[in-house]
Amino acid sequence: MSTALDKLVAVVRGGGKVSETTPPTGRADVAFRWLTAACALLVILIMAGMVVELFYNSRLSLKEFGFGFLWSTDWNPVLQKFGAASSIYGTLVSTILAMVIAMPLGVLTALFLVELAPPGISKVVGAGVELLAAVPSIIFGMWGLFVFAPFMADHVQPFLQQWLGFLPLFRGAPLGIGMLPAGIILALMILPFITAVSRDVFAMVPSVVKESGYGMGSTTWEVTRKVTLRHGIRGIIGAGFLGLGRAIGETMAITFVIGNSHQLSASLFEPGNSIASTLANEFTEASEPMYLSALIELGLVLFFMTVIAQMIAHFWLNRVRRQMGDGL
Amino acid sequence: MNLRKYFAAFLVLAAFAVTGCSTAEKPKSINGAGASFPYPIYARWGFEYESLTQVKVNYQSIGSGGGIAQIKAKTVDFGASDAPLKANELAKAGLVQFPMVIGGVVPVVNIAGLAAGAMRLTPDVLAGIFLGEITRWNDSAIVEINPDLTLPDQAITVVHRADGSGTTWIFTNYLDKISPTWQGSVGTGKAVDWPVGVGGKGNEGVAVYVQRVNGSIGYVEYAYALQNDMTHTLLQNKAGKFVGPTMSAFQAAAANADWANAPGYYLVLTDQPGDESWPITGASFILVYEKQTDAATAKAVLAFFDWCYKHGAETAEQLHYVPLPANVIEMVEQTWKNRINADGKPVWP
Repeated sequence: MSTALDKLVAVVRGGGKVSETTPPTGRADVAFRWLTAACALLVILIMAGMVVELFYNSRLSLKEFGFGFLWSTDWNPVLQKFGAASSIYGTLVSTILAMVIAMPLGVLTALFLVELAPPGISKVVGAGVELLAAVPSIIFGMWGLFVFAPFMADHVQPFLQQWLGFLPLFRGAPLGIGMLPAGIILALMILPFITAVSRDVFAMVPSVVKESGYGMGSTTWEVTRKVTLRHGIRGIIGAGFLGLGRAIGETMAITFVIGNSHQLSASLFEPGNSIASTLANEFTEASEPMYLSALIELGLVLFFMTVIAQMIAHFWLNRVRRQMGDGL
Repeated sequence: MNLRKYFAAFLVLAAFAVTGCSTAEKPKSINGAGASFPYPIYARWGFEYESLTQVKVNYQSIGSGGGIAQIKAKTVDFGASDAPLKANELAKAGLVQFPMVIGGVVPVVNIAGLAAGAMRLTPDVLAGIFLGEITRWNDSAIVEINPDLTLPDQAITVVHRADGSGTTWIFTNYLDKISPTWQGSVGTGKAVDWPVGVGGKGNEGVAVYVQRVNGSIGYVEYAYALQNDMTHTLLQNKAGKFVGPTMSAFQAAAANADWANAPGYYLVLTDQPGDESWPITGASFILVYEKQTDAATAKAVLAFFDWCYKHGAETAEQLHYVPLPANVIEMVEQTWKNRINADGKPVWP
């Protein structure tokens, strides 16, 4: 313990690896260094505290259900039998749906704003996108339930059923609420993040490189594909994971439109649930210790899902960097 | 060192003396938390009571489960729950339980052209629908009891509560009583493993889903059905009569109930006898400690509920809650007298 602490002190004082940067000189420098280190340490402590707390408070259900919790489809508060399968499935499906819709849309919007739109339009649309990011999620939820769900039920779902009804994905009564509307609402919510970050990334592509491309006689499409996109790929992936991070834990909007059923179903029309929506719905009235413990374990599962998503993001970014080289 | 010890002891004593003095006065506020179903009436009663007596009643509508947890943690003076605790649970926690108001749960449907109160449902059909055994509105079981209606060939969408709730507890308790299949496969609970359907958050969530989805059936508290002008159904009661959800039908269920022989007032008003009784009726309960630490606060709490019993009936009816019958109120106050005490002395009256 003391050695670890010594090491930390050494790092902070400039004795460790960090000393590659300028060692602290004045009194203010030292104080600032300690202050920043304390802030960084606080983040780690909070994270560790959360993990410990989640594990500790879910010990009842961890012990009772073991790893079976992850793939059991039971969710029976009466018999006190709990499994996370339907919630995990719902979280994954709604998030993937959102990503599938929002990624291309966001990147294309960003390309339009940076490459093609006249500056006036670019400014107006850009401001609109940023405004969309500022809309609280409860508003998305209410809009989803009162405006979007009826529209889905009356127009979109019957249309999908007419043309793609043979797929198990589009079976069931068109209620307007369920996995598909939830995915679309989520897509709308993460769209501004993906668009805004991608736009900034594309705007940072050096104009010299692009102009060289045009100078070589390339078309706009070729420059976009071979220069702008290639240059921005890491930023786009980063934008994607930013969106994913928001989508995976989104609660309020989802709770309104996902339908809140613990039944597993292949159809995107059927109601489902996500980890976050289950927690939002059931936490307040869960009075039995096992029930509460199972809900907290759901939180733990969500925590690890986010961590895994982050790890995949890191891995992928590194691979892309290796493949494409650092500069371009 | 010794001096310091004496000083500390003095401080502790002084603190006791100060708090002792302050509690001897009439408390300025009493705190409660729990069920959301009776929140509108408790808040209104609290407001009226404060303007009369200057005693503030803080009631937090955090849900029945939360109310039970808070009273067990002793952070509030009283807890409120829609689902009664069993006598052994009460004894274990040292709590006294009594009913406060009565309300009804009402099945509501959305079928094009159907008037409120036109459709008749029997207990078997209602259970069949919520079990997912009856899936279409023109099922022979429904047509048989509604010979006058033309029912559409439309899928039934069941809407239930997504959050845990006292309303669900009362509703599932009813289905549990009248259907052996329900009892065997689903049971009673504030949240259950629903065989079919979509979940709405809160009464308002269920109300919105039912109004949105054609061919749906859900259950909401009476006040919500009334306020949202929803299409309720008639229901066959234990006596075999088809009744509609009305204040008098809820009252009938409460009046016919055998409170005297229910230990800890553990009595669920579902499926009660009587020609007039609405079958899905339920009371909302208050929980207080049997052994109170502070006689003044305990007395203030009971004085508030006494006022509600005696002067709150009109307000309750305005908000579509049913006040308790007079004989039950008498029984409850007798219970206060016999059971609730502070330092071995009875708190009430």
